[in-house]
Amino acid sequence: MNLHEYQARALLRAAGVPVPEGDVASTPAEVEAIARRLGSTVVVKAQVHAGGRGKAGGVKLASNPGEAGQVAAKILGMTIKGLVVEKVLVVPAAAIASESYVGLIMDRESQRPVFMVSSAGGVDIEEVAATAPEKIFRLPVDPRYGLMAHQALGLGLRLYTDYAQARAAAGIMQQLYGVFIANGASLAEINPLVTTPEGQVLALDAKISIDDNELDRRPDLAALRDESAEAPSEVAARQAGLTFIKLEGNVGCIVNGAGLAMATMDLVKYYGGEPANFLDIGGSSNPEKVVNALRIITADPSVRAILFNIFGGITRTDDVANGIVAATRQFTVDLPIVIRLTGTNEAEAFRILQGVGMRALSDMDEAVKQAVALAREAA
Amino acid sequence: MSVFVNETTRLVVQGITGRDGSFHARQMLEYGTQIVAGVTPGKGGQLFEERVPVFHTVADAIAATAANTSVIYVPPVLAAGAIAEAADAGIKFIVCITEGIPVLDMARVLPFVRERGARLLGPNCPGLITPGIAKVGIIPGQICSPGRVGLVSRSGTLTYEVVNQLTRNGIGQSTCVGIGGDPLIGTSFIDVLRAFQDDPGTEAIVMLGEIGGTDEQKAAAFVADYVRKPVIGFIAGQTAPKGRRMGHAGAIISGASGTAEEKLHAFTAAGIEVMRRPADVVGLVKQVTSNR
Repeated sequence: MNLHEYQARALLRAAGVPVPEGDVASTPAEVEAIARRLGSTVVVKAQVHAGGRGKAGGVKLASNPGEAGQVAAKILGMTIKGLVVEKVLVVPAAAIASESYVGLIMDRESQRPVFMVSSAGGVDIEEVAATAPEKIFRLPVDPRYGLMAHQALGLGLRLYTDYAQARAAAGIMQQLYGVFIANGASLAEINPLVTTPEGQVLALDAKISIDDNELDRRPDLAALRDESAEAPSEVAARQAGLTFIKLEGNVGCIVNGAGLAMATMDLVKYYGGEPANFLDIGGSSNPEKVVNALRIITADPSVRAILFNIFGGITRTDDVANGIVAATRQFTVDLPIVIRLTGTNEAEAFRILQGVGMRALSDMDEAVKQAVALAREAA
Repeated sequence: MSVFVNETTRLVVQGITGRDGSFHARQMLEYGTQIVAGVTPGKGGQLFEERVPVFHTVADAIAATAANTSVIYVPPVLAAGAIAEAADAGIKFIVCITEGIPVLDMARVLPFVRERGARLLGPNCPGLITPGIAKVGIIPGQICSPGRVGLVSRSGTLTYEVVNQLTRNGIGQSTCVGIGGDPLIGTSFIDVLRAFQDDPGTEAIVMLGEIGGTDEQKAAAFVADYVRKPVIGFIAGQTAPKGRRMGHAGAIISGASGTAEEKLHAFTAAGIEVMRRPADVVGLVKQVTSNR
């Protein structure tokens, strides 16, 4: 789960990281009031989960409170990469002497949190990693001991030759590590970490992603989720206990298991179609999940055919069949459905579907071919 | 012959009285797995299915039954603790089925397990099965058959799909191993590939990977260096968009890294035969085994 910049800032500030003054607002009047309080030239920054906010016109300077309100009126409500801006962050425009990058990620390879620091800050760090990887210094941290003082100082000295600044950066890195651990983050990033002309070290922008698996035991973090920043269908799916990701195609896919779901999407493409979504109903065989899955898929106007691919192991295929029948009784499904079922209780499942005039297949390739053909006819 | 589990496996089921643990313990018993003990703190002294003694702790279970392998079905927030308990008690092969364990918990427990000389399979995995001998986890026994193809995979139902294709076409398996779809796991593709290479009962290897990370690329390099048996590979997620987690926490393309193309390219470069779709497995296995 990605946090907004203003949420990430609040976590860093609470841990003692120096961040500029500022506040979040959702109306131009609030922005004007914040700008008046700050009493300087301000930056108004769109709060959306998308990179390239600046290029999209979502980050603007304003030299007085009135201008800040006008700028905010333009940014609030604008769409950046399909996401509507509901909130803006207002901060004083800082004078910047240098920009660095500090990031902490959970690294699969070393199986530890890894610091990445670079004096090439303020830019897209993935681009630096691709074009000039030698400019990024990496340090894996043993989570049993945390970031030790000498390690933090070493990282600070990678960024600054000035000892006082290196010490300040070292302190910030230990605080950032504390935030990462305390909040179950999978990524915590300060980009840029700046020095001011007076020599102060400041975190100007922050990005934090929380490990989704933490949210069950951390309701305080789960409450930070901004559902307005997500597609409504994905919110509905999560509430129904399904994993759903919307794609651009027209073959709606309902599958059990993430690996098989991906392989099914790939097979749709292999036979010349385009998948409309990733949808995993999980390992259980609750008919209600199938009803919810069909409701979500049929709400997508671009879907032209629906494909079920169920491999019954723990999932009982008769439960899935009952779910399909229940769904068609609760609401009209005006789209062709191709059902592939195999495994646990498949004979019973086939009988249930036959009872309502539906037919199931047992071969995955055959089912995908049919669904692709039906979607093409209906398109 | 087989890898990791065989006739000598003496299994303790952690979480045996829970909903998932009890269901799958029954399935494993039916399959013929030697379950010697169960563990649920607070329920020590009970008998599961009138034959398996339940203990408060893994240490008690080992002392009474000489269990040597553990399988874990406990809720996500308790699972890392259960893994540590098994390793501390002296279990050398631990299988964790639980999905949804916080990654930081895994970062702490993985070194703990290794320091005790134990191997963890998973978490968030279907476990493994040596057909006809022992099943540890949740892979449906009826779709497997004994034979000489070793299978290793990151996923559950995709594994079942491919195993089912093999069995229906008369191709048996030595062992089927699910390593799990999480970003931090105890046993990598390389660990299983090495075991299959060293297992005289395995003639050919099928490897089912997916998008995200670099495990498959490293596995490909290992195949080129070390594996002398034919390997067939598949990557799920060729149509997955960037930056979105495709169900499995580990199945995410970050930036330009972890794409299906990158992984398939590494496979081809290492001489691994590439499956374009799950059904290709049958023809490719027949082809590589008849060439030998």
